Amino acid sequence: MGYKILSKTKLSENLYEIVVEAPYVVKNAKAGQFIILRVEERGERIPLTIADINKDKNELTIVFMAVGHTTKKLASIEVGEEILDLVGPLGVPTHIKNYGTVICVAGGYGAAPAYLIAKAYKDAGNKVYMIIGARTENLIFWEDKMKTACDELFITTDDGSKGRKGFVTEQLKDIINSEKVDLVMAIGPIPMMKAIADLTKSDNIHTIASMNPIMVDGTGMCGSCRLTVDGKVKFACVDGPDFDAHKVDFNEIIQRGQIYKDAEKTANHKCNLEKQADSLPEVNQRK
Amino acid sequence: MAKEKIERQIPITLDPEYRSANFEEVEKNFTDEQALNEAKRCINCKNPKCVAGCPVNINIPGFIQEIAKENLDAAGKLVRETNLLPSVCGRVCPQERQCEGSCVLGIKDKPVAIGALERYVGDKTDSSSLQITSNGQKVAIIGSGCAGISAAADLAKSGYQVTVFEALHALGGVLRYGIPEFRLPRTALDREINSLKQIGVEFKTNVIIGKSLTIQDLFSDGFEAIFVCSGAGLPKMLNISGENLNGVYSANEFLTRVNLMRANRSEYPTPIRGGRKVAVVGGGNTAMDAARTAKRIGFDEVTIVYRRSEAELPARKAEIEHAKEEGVNFLLLHSPIDITGYEGYVSGMQLQVMELGEPDASGRRKPIPTDKTVNIEVDTVIVALGTNPNPIIQKSALEEGLSLDVNAKGYIIINPETGLTSIPGVFAGGDVAPVGESNAINAMGAGKKAAKAINEYLEKQKTLSHINN
Repeated sequence: MGYKILSKTKLSENLYEIVVEAPYVVKNAKAGQFIILRVEERGERIPLTIADINKDKNELTIVFMAVGHTTKKLASIEVGEEILDLVGPLGVPTHIKNYGTVICVAGGYGAAPAYLIAKAYKDAGNKVYMIIGARTENLIFWEDKMKTACDELFITTDDGSKGRKGFVTEQLKDIINSEKVDLVMAIGPIPMMKAIADLTKSDNIHTIASMNPIMVDGTGMCGSCRLTVDGKVKFACVDGPDFDAHKVDFNEIIQRGQIYKDAEKTANHKCNLEKQADSLPEVNQRK
Repeated sequence: MAKEKIERQIPITLDPEYRSANFEEVEKNFTDEQALNEAKRCINCKNPKCVAGCPVNINIPGFIQEIAKENLDAAGKLVRETNLLPSVCGRVCPQERQCEGSCVLGIKDKPVAIGALERYVGDKTDSSSLQITSNGQKVAIIGSGCAGISAAADLAKSGYQVTVFEALHALGGVLRYGIPEFRLPRTALDREINSLKQIGVEFKTNVIIGKSLTIQDLFSDGFEAIFVCSGAGLPKMLNISGENLNGVYSANEFLTRVNLMRANRSEYPTPIRGGRKVAVVGGGNTAMDAARTAKRIGFDEVTIVYRRSEAELPARKAEIEHAKEEGVNFLLLHSPIDITGYEGYVSGMQLQVMELGEPDASGRRKPIPTDKTVNIEVDTVIVALGTNPNPIIQKSALEEGLSLDVNAKGYIIINPETGLTSIPGVFAGGDVAPVGESNAINAMGAGKKAAKAINEYLEKQKTLSHINN
């Protein structure tokens, strides 16, 4: 009774695209929303952005980097097998209207959700530029697909192996300097979104960042994903994930993202918890 | 009149030192002998006050007399006529403010242990013998918490085809992610949910109404009535500086990680950040649950910080006692004003010393700040100040042009008698549309009330359509 994997494509090392059958997710899903999944009975809940949807076929596409415990498990599931739990669409859809000229800037595997968002902006009549950045050529994916979602696609790589050598911010700066831009949409690693926000602030260009803090339930009931926007506490899962990038406290988000990394490093703490866990009765072991 | 007086029976309780290191249920069920003795204490009043004190009006003297006559199955049937979750309610109701608080024996002596007897009956009997004839009409219930499961039970018993939609991957709402196992073993919860499945209630997890499906979608899918009982899951925060430091948890997050995700066990990947000293802010059941859970996952020092005095603590009495026995400290008449940090992590908290003034709107004496402050050293803060209604359904209804009336705080406005909202066919109840104190049994009462009103509404619709045809 899980969620069947219909296809799985390795986009590059550790980077996967999977298509899942998820009727309740795709029915009302819009660009900018996310899902939360749990691979197996003892699994954790992790958020992943909706990369593409096919409403006629009830198909959901997600792209992820197999780097942690859960994403590695996810990558090991074969076509025809199932993911135990998958819920969505979550979060507020990206606000789409005709702004004029929009630049979508995406970095790393965070580039996947930019496809639907850019497409939605384009469908709303905007002139859409896309800038996709990655460390190296191998990590650039969906190039042809991305081209269909925008008027012009720019690619940057840190090592210059594909497209322009350097960071997305340099490409962004060039476009901003050459024409009037009405909106910048940033999706990707926090430091990248922070750099984009810093860059556009001086030119006073309205900039949206799609935030990705730690989440548990994704429905607003715990506040794990809270962040400060314009001095106020917001829950990214229900108030976002999109926020005015010039008002987000990025340093706080970076700090909050460290919480469990620190716990993993503190071996002592982990040992204590394990000792504790071993002494606990298995009250509700499922068969 | 020479009848020998029986003392109120006390259930066997685990030793505090032993239990505070594990999640085993603290209070054991009555033994058969205890249950019999306790049942004999009930004087079977002609005009039983206890029944009026119960939000779902269980026939309390009735089922207790059956226990006294050793007719356990009959007792089970009587309880389940009004309450399909006796194993849950017997454990988590604040009986001292409800049935037991109204028991006449309580005037001169100790009241009958109604909760423990209800639990005894719940644990010892089941509801599998129910016979139901389906009427083919579909009702959707949004949320599988107390209100949802009680409404589902009653509607299924009346013959409706009931589907319960749950946003999380597991059923039970607060009973699953909030109340810890040492208070409510998951075996008891699973058993009662399974009994609903047996009478034909369909549960759909991972469906979030307002996102996955809208109210309009449910009507299009043939549901003739909808009961919204999505609870009040949005945690209230302190709104003081330092609240976003690492180590500050809402009680919901802390308890969800442990109860639902089992973060305290090494074989489950969901992490939780432990520490040495934790302050739990608040004085309700959630605060007690969080504090006692913190003890169990290895915090050395656990302190409840509450702005009023002990007399005003809203938690269940038994839980306050259990927390004290387990070594939880109580820092009363203190209110947090600042959380201090070191390199992004919690290092301490500044508290304002309070004093009590006149009773406020809630009838409790109001805490008034003095000019004294104190600092405490903590590495973790758990905020248990209550919750606000989750706005997802309300927002979604608005977006699809349905005028769902909500009050200034976001709670759905209902007719308190029927639970009907401003949208025809849509009912609401429990913590998303609260009437009175927010707890399990009141939510169950709301579920029952709504089930009755939904039944009447759909019967009326049927009659109307007959007339029109």
